[in-house]
Amino acid sequence: MVVRVQEAPFDLGAELDAFASGRTDVGAQVSFTGLVRDDGGLRFMEIEHYPGMTEKAIGAIEAEAVRRWTLRDALVIHRHGRLAPGEQIMMVATAAGHRGEAFAAAEFLMDYLKSRAPFWKREVTAEGAAWVAAKDEDEDALSRW
Amino acid sequence: MIDVLYFAWVRERIGLPKERVETSADTVSGLVEELKAREARYEAAFADTSALRVALDQELSDFDAPLAGVREVAFFPPMTGG
Repeated sequence: MVVRVQEAPFDLGAELDAFASGRTDVGAQVSFTGLVRDDGGLRFMEIEHYPGMTEKAIGAIEAEAVRRWTLRDALVIHRHGRLAPGEQIMMVATAAGHRGEAFAAAEFLMDYLKSRAPFWKREVTAEGAAWVAAKDEDEDALSRW
Repeated sequence: MIDVLYFAWVRERIGLPKERVETSADTVSGLVEELKAREARYEAAFADTSALRVALDQELSDFDAPLAGVREVAFFPPMTGG
């Protein structure tokens, strides 16, 4: 189980190659990558976080996913700082015996990271800067778990 | 004395990321009332606490929670990670 919070980019291919490598009890590995989406006029995104709490919160979410779906391994990498459109913001990877557990755990991780890990996104366009508002459906998504 | 941290637009409205606060409040709500009484910028930041979240010693909590033994309080808007 690994949690990394960093400003630097990550190498998705290298991370997935290394993830759960050497194990023979993994039948399914799922990954998700979040990217900076430009809906028009985005110059860059800035992500602020709460050092200390961020790592603890993600660690707790990850531990819960491992427990619920008996994951063999889990990885969360989340970036902060300034990111350009198209850049990778974050990734999760899950390794399980079967694909059902791996998919469900990855979705659970994403739902919880969205509204329970202390990150705040701010979008900067030619018109100025605005904090991204949390969506009600992101909060609602937690109730399915 | 407790450390009070502000993030995102709460930090911007108050104009600083962190401060040491001498408080006699028993709960988070009591602390918020003390801060609001200080200056207009605090009043503006805490105008609608339903739009805010609070963490006590880096764990999500709520505004009714007691402050006894707490070393660090953080105020911020709903999170937008992922």
